[in-house]
Parts: sequence; C-alpha cells; structure tokens
Amino acid sequence: MFELLKGLGSWLVSGEQWTGSDGIGHRLAEHLQYSLLATLVAAAIALPIGLLIGHTGRGAFVAINLSSFGRALPTVGLVVLVFLASGLSMWPVYIALVALAVPSIVTNTYAGMTAVDPEVRDAARGQGMRWYQVLFQVELPLALPLIMTGLRLALIQVVATATIAAYVSFGGLGRYVFDGLAQRDLVQVLGGAVLVALVAVVLDLVLSALQRVLFRHRPAPQS
Amino acid sequence: MQPGKGLLMIQFDKAHKRFPNGTTAVHDLTLDLPEGGVTVLVGSSGCGKTTTLRMINRMVEPTSGTIRVGGKDVLEQDAAELRRSIGYVIQQAGLFPHRTVLDNIATVPLLLGHGRRKARARAAELLETVGLTTEAGKRYPHQLSGGQQQRVGVARALAADPPVLLMDEPFGAVDPVVRAQLQDELLRLQRELNKTIVFVTHDIDEAVRLGDRIAVFRTGGHLVQCATPAELLARPADAFVEDFLGAERGLKLLSLTTLAEVAQGPAPEGARWQLTLDAARKPLAWRDSESKDAAEIPVRPLRDTDSLLSALNESIAAPSGLVARVDADGVLTGVSSREDIHDRAGQVHSAASAVAA
Repeated sequence: MFELLKGLGSWLVSGEQWTGSDGIGHRLAEHLQYSLLATLVAAAIALPIGLLIGHTGRGAFVAINLSSFGRALPTVGLVVLVFLASGLSMWPVYIALVALAVPSIVTNTYAGMTAVDPEVRDAARGQGMRWYQVLFQVELPLALPLIMTGLRLALIQVVATATIAAYVSFGGLGRYVFDGLAQRDLVQVLGGAVLVALVAVVLDLVLSALQRVLFRHRPAPQS
Repeated sequence: MQPGKGLLMIQFDKAHKRFPNGTTAVHDLTLDLPEGGVTVLVGSSGCGKTTTLRMINRMVEPTSGTIRVGGKDVLEQDAAELRRSIGYVIQQAGLFPHRTVLDNIATVPLLLGHGRRKARARAAELLETVGLTTEAGKRYPHQLSGGQQQRVGVARALAADPPVLLMDEPFGAVDPVVRAQLQDELLRLQRELNKTIVFVTHDIDEAVRLGDRIAVFRTGGHLVQCATPAELLARPADAFVEDFLGAERGLKLLSLTTLAEVAQGPAPEGARWQLTLDAARKPLAWRDSESKDAAEIPVRPLRDTDSLLSALNESIAAPSGLVARVDADGVLTGVSSREDIHDRAGQVHSAASAVAA
C-alpha cells in the first residue's frame, strides 16, 4: 500500500509524465475538451426544454419522466451500443455523455422556474411585460441559481464519466486507467483515477464559489 | 352617477366572467367610474372584486360584455401596451427580488423604451414621492420592511404617470399601524395627483377611509350597491350590505364628518373640573378643583378637522363631558359639550338617512 502511494507520488510529479502526447497536460486538455463540449451540447438541448416547460407549465410530466429514464441509462452500455451501430468515432462518447448531462440540467432548470414566486410572475405581466420579457427579465434571472447548480452537477458527472472515451480508444485521463489496467500498472490506474477526481472536485469548488459571488444579493431561500 | 362630472374613465358594460371550472366570478357587471377619485371594491373573499379589477388591465379577459378604459375597449388593444398605461399594485408588492429598488421602480419606463438614465432619474424622483430615502433605492427588496416594499410597489405603479391606478389589497399584509400610515400617504398622494384609482379590499373601514365611492360585491360576482361612503352607511341597499357594514355603521358615518359645525363656548368658570392651560393658552389637563391634591386627567384637544366620531369618543373620556377645541396651532378656542356633540351626530345621521329628493 505504502509502495503504491510512493509510486503514485513520483508518477504525478515526474517531469516526463506531464509532457508529450501521452503526458498529463495533453490528456487533461483532452478530458476537459470532451467534458465541456458534451456539457455545452447538453445545455443547448436541456435549457430550452427546461425553460419552456417551466414557463408554460406544460409537458412537465413527460420531460421529467424522460429525464429520469435518461438518468437510469447505463453509460457504458450506451457507449457500446452506439459504438456497434456507428463504428469507431467520437460519436458514442459524446452521445453517452450528453445523455448523462441532459437530465440534471432539465430537472434543475424546471425546478428553478417553478420556484419563481407566482406573485412576481403576475406582477411582471401586470406591469406590461410580454411573454419573452417575463421569461428573460424575470423568470430566467430568478431561476439562474438553480440552473447553474444543474450545469455544475452535469459537468461534474460528465468529467467523472469522460474516462469512457479511452474505453473506445480515444484520449482523456481515462487513458491512464485503461492502459494501466491492460499493462497491470496499478500506479498508472491510480494516477488516472486520482487526476479525474481532482479535476471534478476543483471544478465543483470553483463553480460553487462563482455562484456565491454572482448571487450574493439574493435573499436566502425561503424554508 | 354624478352626471356631467367629466369623462367616464372606466366603463363596465355587462361584463361577465366565468372560469373554465364553471364558477362565475363576475356576473353581468355594469358600472361606470368617472375620471379622478378613488373607487373601492369591497366584499368577502370570492365575491369577484379582484377579478373585476383584473379585467380592467386584461389580466383576466371577460367571457362576455365589454370593458372600456378611456373610451377604448380593452380587448381591442395590445395587452402589454394596455398594462403599461395602467398602474398596478398588488398585495405583497410583487417586487422583482433580483433588481434593486430603483430598477424595480424604473420597470415600466424601461419597457416603454425611455432609456436607462431617464428611467432611473424618474425612479429616484418617485422614491421621494412615496417617502423613501435615496439610499433605499440601492437596496434589494428583501432588505426592506413590508411597509417600505409596499411603498416601492406604489412608486413602480406611478413611474410612467398613468391616469389609472389599480390596487389589489395593497395594504393587506402589513400591520395596522403601518397600514394606517400607508392609507394616509395614499390620500396625500391622491390629493396631489388626482388619479383614477380602483382599490380592492375586504376591510370596510379601509373602504370608508379611502373611498370617494364604494362598490359592494356579493358572492357570485353580483354588484349590490355603489355609492359614496356616507350614502352607503346611511342607506344600505339591502340586508346584505347592512350586515357587511357591521353594527357600528352609525359610528362609521360619524367618522366622515368633522366637528367644525358643533357649537363651542368658553370654558365654564367655577365648575368642578377646570381646564389648565400653558403660557401659550394650549390645553394641558383637566384638574379636579374639589380634590385636595388637585388630581389631573389628561386632555386630548381636538381641531375642527377632526372627526365627529373622535369628538364623541373624547366627550365620553373627558371627566366633565366637555371637549377642548383648539385651532391649527393648538391654542384653545373653546369647549363643546357632550350634548351638543350628540345632537350634531344625530342631525348628521338623519340628514344622511333622509332619501335624497
């Protein structure tokens, strides 16, 4: 055990491990690229859905149930399925990651929209705002804290799951895990896992801090 | 009603509202509201008073009939533009929690495209109008008290200087002391601005205090009576209105009359209770001349603008049955007897009850 940790320490700090096409720097960049792109695509799909069902109050039942279904999908199974259907490409990875991210963004956006005080929405209409002004000037800003929580959760989940890119022969920090397993190199497996966890935790902390700064003027949520 | 007194600002013509669940909120309402003055819609909950109010700015659309504002059918106008031209204050204020007080007030001018600088300048002006400090403008709504929030709600409604102001139980959620302050402020504002105000409340005292006209609604959306407060209190149309006005409606009527007309004379010499005055002839207290230690009872002097109801109250509280009268500066002008006040109260009541010719 001690040997393993010592190995991990020297693996993480050794200069050559950080450079080159198989270096940590490059793998980390790949990993972040997959994660951010998948989360962005998921947001582009999920935000309009969440905002629309939240604003109209219609279709919530279908959307929320589809989201729960999406959450229950086994990600690796999905990757393999799309891989078998489409052949060797990044498609299986992105489809699986997007499917993973969409539910938390939809449900949190919808939750944020339903949490908007109906009196405030009524007042907005009563002052003469059109539906899109009510949506973008009142509902969206008020739902934003919960929407950001949804995006944060989605990104963390995606970062943790993006290791599967390596499973279908692509890069990212998952490379170390799968290569390490193949080469029976436990230090490398552990190094990859620790790096993924670290990236997820750091992102979570940074985004939570950002949320706190952005929404410092908001009243504490009513209990 | 009041013919020849200017334009009719709001007209309901057989306005009817039935909700999809089958309940009738407003039943064939025909009612004309002249320009200027406060019309209060009262009734117990579920009587359709709020629905009536919300039909004016199209927050609720009538099932049949027409509503005109300034002569134009509301259904033929763009709903958003109509609402921008009508001030709207709701219970709990309904302020935008993510915007500063100043930006809340600037809402309608911004929607009308007046530009941020101009809208904010107007909002700053209104802060003062409703009795808030410039400093309050930089805060967020949740940092203000309930009464202050309600003031902001009124300021927001006034921002684009609309001729009509709709107020839906605006003071329903604040404590009685603040409520009375806000009512006074509204009356003061109304004297300055003379808007056409439609005010919804379930509190008959608030209605009598604020209304130039009171419209009483009954469950099922029926308008029972629309009259001036004095007429309503003196001659309720039926048992329902009588019941709604309560057992003290005779006293409420006295709250509408001042004691200016009640006779007054010099304070009596040699009586048991003597009025003590300060150097400026302002009443201090009633002193008992028969008591050895000259016991004193506090006096509450009244001005001509005070109501007959407060005079009646003071005449009961004063040991001699005399009410001390003072001028605007608080200097004694004379005293009125319990009998004179009582007689005047009786005259007011019978005059109001007599059917107008």
